[in-house]
Amino acid sequence: MVGLRLVDISKKAGKRQILKNTSVEILDRELFVIAGPPGAGKTTLLKIIAGLIVPDEGKVYIGDQMVNAVPPSDRDVGMVFEVPPIYPNRTGFENVAFPLEIKKMNADSIKERVEEVAGLLQITHLLDRKPTTYSGGELQRVALARVLVRKPRILLLDEPLKNLDAKIRETTRVELKRLQREFGITMVFSTHDQLEATAVGDRIAVINEGIIEQTGAPEELYNSPKTVFAARFIGSPTMNLAECVLKQMGDRWVLDASDFNIDVTMRAQAIESEAMTSELLLGVRPEDITLLNSPENSGCFEGRVELMQNFGDERVVTIRVGKVSLNSLAVKERVFKYGQKVYVKFKEEKAHVFHRKTGIAVA
Amino acid sequence: MPKLVVKNIRKVFGTFEAVKDVSFQVEEKETLCLLGPSGCGKTTTLRIIAGLEVPTSGEVFVDGVLVNDVPPQKRQIGLVFQDYAIFPHLSVFENIAYGLRVRKMPEAQIERKVHETAALVDVEGILDVPGKKLGLSEMQRVAVGRSITLDPKLLLLDEPLSNIDAKARERMRAELGKLQKEIGIATVYVTHDQLEAMTLADRIAVMRNGLIEQIGTTSEIYDSARTLFVANFIGSPSMNQIDCEFVYDEEQAILKSGGFSLDITEFAETIRDRSKGKELVLGIRPENVSLDIEKTDPKAIEAEVQLVEPVGAKSIYHLKISGLTVLAKDYPMPEANVGVKVWATFNKDKLHLFDKKTEEAIL
Repeated sequence: MVGLRLVDISKKAGKRQILKNTSVEILDRELFVIAGPPGAGKTTLLKIIAGLIVPDEGKVYIGDQMVNAVPPSDRDVGMVFEVPPIYPNRTGFENVAFPLEIKKMNADSIKERVEEVAGLLQITHLLDRKPTTYSGGELQRVALARVLVRKPRILLLDEPLKNLDAKIRETTRVELKRLQREFGITMVFSTHDQLEATAVGDRIAVINEGIIEQTGAPEELYNSPKTVFAARFIGSPTMNLAECVLKQMGDRWVLDASDFNIDVTMRAQAIESEAMTSELLLGVRPEDITLLNSPENSGCFEGRVELMQNFGDERVVTIRVGKVSLNSLAVKERVFKYGQKVYVKFKEEKAHVFHRKTGIAVA
Repeated sequence: MPKLVVKNIRKVFGTFEAVKDVSFQVEEKETLCLLGPSGCGKTTTLRIIAGLEVPTSGEVFVDGVLVNDVPPQKRQIGLVFQDYAIFPHLSVFENIAYGLRVRKMPEAQIERKVHETAALVDVEGILDVPGKKLGLSEMQRVAVGRSITLDPKLLLLDEPLSNIDAKARERMRAELGKLQKEIGIATVYVTHDQLEAMTLADRIAVMRNGLIEQIGTTSEIYDSARTLFVANFIGSPSMNQIDCEFVYDEEQAILKSGGFSLDITEFAETIRDRSKGKELVLGIRPENVSLDIEKTDPKAIEAEVQLVEPVGAKSIYHLKISGLTVLAKDYPMPEANVGVKVWATFNKDKLHLFDKKTEEAIL
């Protein structure tokens, strides 16, 4: 069963095209993430699902029903905004109960429903207090309770963790994932943070300037990015990218980035026939670069340590090779000095190749 | 001589003691990071150093000179504000020249100084561009440039990266790191983001409730946290903390928590000498818990996968071990899905132990 389907959605705001022929299919009971930089069109997409924005073109389906003409209140969709509209002068209970009161539900059922949701979200102790006494994380959970109390079939969360401290963000994202499983609802979650996206999402749509670059499971996006944008967006530290050309060297084929090259003899034919050009971009994830203290016979290139960043469990070491800076990962026990000479070696089979003009991945 | 000495600083606002007793020093070319949650006193401390706030008691020395009675603009301190505070209508040239003009420096000298600074922060090509047209990383370079035109003895940065989206933050962090190395001015940096502190600082002072809880190199803070608070605040995901009892007989010593037990006979003597009670907290970072589908290590502990967060090259596994939730960070294992039985091994060289009452480290 299809939970939610957007077909060829376009939306303009003034002269700016926010969404361009965007199509998304979200499965029933799936935690689906829309990930992209600020201004990519994430919020607009969510508001179109909720019915708060009418698309210029395209169709929105919930289940099998086309809902373009269905008003927001009848869509069975709940939405939690980045800055939740919580009434400061009402208690937590009154805030959570509000949507049910509008529906004129009787007081006993309201009480029962509010307490049930509060228990699941662990906010029972907040029900008697006013929102001014809440922390950021508590406010977010109360806002969530107010939406969940209606038991919507689809829950939309617009950057729900954006305004929380880094530490609270880490635990709240796990809570949200658990909650989605327990409630068995379809959840659509937007974020600019790629780590958050891969951590919580069953599947992720990477969106850029109103266009969906790639949709897939976290591992799929990380291991097989289909565009340069998706490759750069997913993963931290970011994938290293360098302009290169496909070139024959003796009986070998290499991707030549002038300051270094990578042997791709095994895939040269596939790359050439698919790309139809030798103008390419080479992509290597930091963990696929090994740093050597002394040179090996072949396939390693001299560079100098330009920057070291301590990530705690490992170290990101930036190496300058000719005109290119390459990020690599090293165990934290390994000591480097600024300016130290090292040799970089690539895991050739892990190299990504993109068409330079179109940015699309090849072979 | 240290570039900055902060001695027994205290600051009271009405009845609230924002800074209780803070002392530290910053050496030449060193970057010290004040790190802590909101309300810990880090920003107040920075503002006192800058002269924007008068301490209730205590002393601040810049380059050996007591500056308590010196007004902010005469302290020879460069400031980089949150969001950079670039004048949108002024060109990059005028933004950088601002401090020099305020001091009524002759035009020829301004011209020379701006070009010199622009070369250092790499904005020579955009001197005519107005502030409002700048991209993030250009703004950062202009803001740093503007702060160093008067050859300050010390640079202060107040959460410069806090309002930037995740992907851009990663890039800006690395750029700021390189810039710092080139400029080589002693720097105090304020942030609530532990990763920012780890990657940019030489030393970190972790603050809590107006006091410095621990000060040390990034590796010291990460590997040898002296209190539970520091252990929990540094590192993402957070260190696992398991309340347990120390059970000791002549044969062996174990840490027990319900059905969970861990043999720690090798540390028995140290623990007996240093702990005040039997109630301890076992700490282990997720990257020091490794996973296996088969029981290859005889000491491996049975665990069930509850949740998986793929976060790039590694994944975070939420495990259920005898009723406890333990996080492990390891390379992705396609077989280790939710509900699957796996075997967890704790790297005992990386164990932390804290006294539950005092919250201080004993191992």
